[in-house]
Amino acid sequence: MLKINKLNVGVEDKTILNDINLNINKGELHVIMGRNGTGKSTLSNIIAGKEGYNIGGGKLLFNNKNLLDMSIEDRALEGIFMSFQYPVSIPGLNTMHFLRTSVNSIRKHQNKKEYTSGEFIKLFKEKLKVVGLDESFARRSVNDGFSGGEKKRFEILQMLLIEPKLIILDETDSGLDIDALKIVANGINNFKSSQNGFLLITHYYRIIEYLNPNFVHVLLDGKIVKSGDKNLALKLEKEGYGWLQK
Amino acid sequence: MDKIKETKQKLSDISSSEYKYGFKTEIEEERLPNGLNENIIKSISKIKNEPKWLLDFRLKSYEKWKKMKEPSWQNLNYPKIDFNEICYYSSPKKKKLKSLDEVDPELLKTYDKLGIPLDEQKMLSNVAVDAVFDSVSIATTFKDTLKKAGVIFCSFSEAVIDYPDLVKKYLGTVIPSSDNYYAALNSAVFSDGSFVYIPKNTKCPMELSTYFRINAANTGQFERTLIIADDNSYVSYLEGCTAPMRDENQLHAAIVELITLDNAEIKYSTVQNWYPGDKNGKGGIYNFVTKRGHCKGANSKISWTQIETGSSLTWKYPSCILRGDNSVGEFYSVALSNNFQQADTGTKMIHLGKNTKSTIISKGISAGHGQQTYRGEVKIMKNARNARNFSQCDSILIGDNCGAHTQPYINIKNSSSKIEHEATTSKIGEDQLFYCNQRGISTENAISLIINGFCKDVFKKLPMEFAIEAQKLMEISLEGCSVG
Repeated sequence: MLKINKLNVGVEDKTILNDINLNINKGELHVIMGRNGTGKSTLSNIIAGKEGYNIGGGKLLFNNKNLLDMSIEDRALEGIFMSFQYPVSIPGLNTMHFLRTSVNSIRKHQNKKEYTSGEFIKLFKEKLKVVGLDESFARRSVNDGFSGGEKKRFEILQMLLIEPKLIILDETDSGLDIDALKIVANGINNFKSSQNGFLLITHYYRIIEYLNPNFVHVLLDGKIVKSGDKNLALKLEKEGYGWLQK
Repeated sequence: MDKIKETKQKLSDISSSEYKYGFKTEIEEERLPNGLNENIIKSISKIKNEPKWLLDFRLKSYEKWKKMKEPSWQNLNYPKIDFNEICYYSSPKKKKLKSLDEVDPELLKTYDKLGIPLDEQKMLSNVAVDAVFDSVSIATTFKDTLKKAGVIFCSFSEAVIDYPDLVKKYLGTVIPSSDNYYAALNSAVFSDGSFVYIPKNTKCPMELSTYFRINAANTGQFERTLIIADDNSYVSYLEGCTAPMRDENQLHAAIVELITLDNAEIKYSTVQNWYPGDKNGKGGIYNFVTKRGHCKGANSKISWTQIETGSSLTWKYPSCILRGDNSVGEFYSVALSNNFQQADTGTKMIHLGKNTKSTIISKGISAGHGQQTYRGEVKIMKNARNARNFSQCDSILIGDNCGAHTQPYINIKNSSSKIEHEATTSKIGEDQLFYCNQRGISTENAISLIINGFCKDVFKKLPMEFAIEAQKLMEISLEGCSVG
């Protein structure tokens, strides 16, 4: 589904990602771990299409389409979703209105029937329960005055409604208490299927324990220096990153 | 005949323009020569069959105007207006306007996009409409229903003839003709407008609405609105404006005076969509308007809500004089300047009575090369004990070539009063756009969602139908603008 081949990315003169190779197939969940500032968020931004980076060669394909030629919006319409590390607030913009606009734009693009307002309200309330948010969220503004935990749950709620194909979770577990983490992990597990793929960026083993990833990769100084399974994450949790550096 | 149908018919008659309502044949083709002098004023007064006291009022105002200077303190740039190049009176010609066929197709497209074809724009149910076309009020709908409730809603010219005592008692009491340059000009040459009187203990049974339209070329529009709400009465009044697209600038200098007596309330809403000029700043309406309300009675309330998306220049400060004890003044405003539009707008809240309260919420949006100034004054006089004011002035910028300016003046003369002022200026964030784009929402839609969110506090003060219209207007006004 997602193919990254020898991708190099920089900002101004600085190289951030160096010869990255990564394949994510349907039904797979990949985890990326690494120290602060090693390029993890850059990788997710590049997949989503954020501007301001120099691409110094390499390939980035999604279902054989060249993502590097596509706008942020087109990538989203094709099924790429990013759960933001720091979701931005949009005062005055109603959550449900925002999400219905989003979901229907994407459904329209994918030739699916758009939701009527009645259908959407029902669905919205249903999914609110899944992520443990109160119905009053239907009357709030996008991320405005949300607590850290509420923001992350709201991101997962959006994922559940948009039903994307490739989901990037950028530190979705950071700042969550134990109960909220369980709820978020359950939301992800219930949505995970043979039809979608995940890329999870995290610092902690906690969420990995819940999610059972297929692969764990370590990003160090812009390079993937080691790949393994769940046990690699456990080792990192115990020993840190020092042993990976020569 | 059902009322909506009736209005519909009347309005389609207006736009198909046989103008059979309320006009004498000899008036129908009237257009005075360009220029301003005593004879022009006398002619206007004569055409309208005015009593001598009104002609005197006009002539005195003209004398004052001649001695006054055009204001220059505002943050607006425009070439000098030649007041002798303007036609001060034009009434619809008998020749068929072919109505909508004659309106610029671009404008029609705009209205189609709005989902409100021109002739049906005011077809909202339960809204009585007074339509002013160029200088003359064309038709006032629902007159009979209103009459039963004792409400007077008619054109200003009719009011002068039919209710001279009321007009004489209140005309110019809120905005004296010497108030400012444009008010003096209006007082000298005003051609028509709307008059409303809500009697004691009456809640006006429907929303009242005026629809202003400048059509003729080289014509200034100088209408006057006078609304009086007597003891324990209530009225909600809506004002809408459009003008065709013309290369030359057109002047609009109106006066609106509101008066509330004890326990009365007036809610005045405007959706101003005068032609803003083209993308390069050519043409458009110069909008120099004086609007002021006088909360004369105790516990009375005046609330201004304005959505200003049109005009090439806007110079407008709807204000409240809070004289009655416990009276309340409110100002809710959204002003948008795109392309080369300039707006200098705000309010004045003058607290005279005890426990008077005022609220100001102003949202300015600048895009393209637009310039936006909020200018407001809160004045609390010595006897206005325990007066309160809350002001919030937010500006948002779209792109790098526009500007936002905030100029609040605060003047407090006693120590028991409380004032709060909040102001923010922000740019539509790239982060916000990235977030929306990532959710499959196009940049254009995202801007409109963000702006509508920004304006929400004001939009929700509008009557329902107007709120929807206002939202759509914002979308159209922002179309094609880039965050660049």
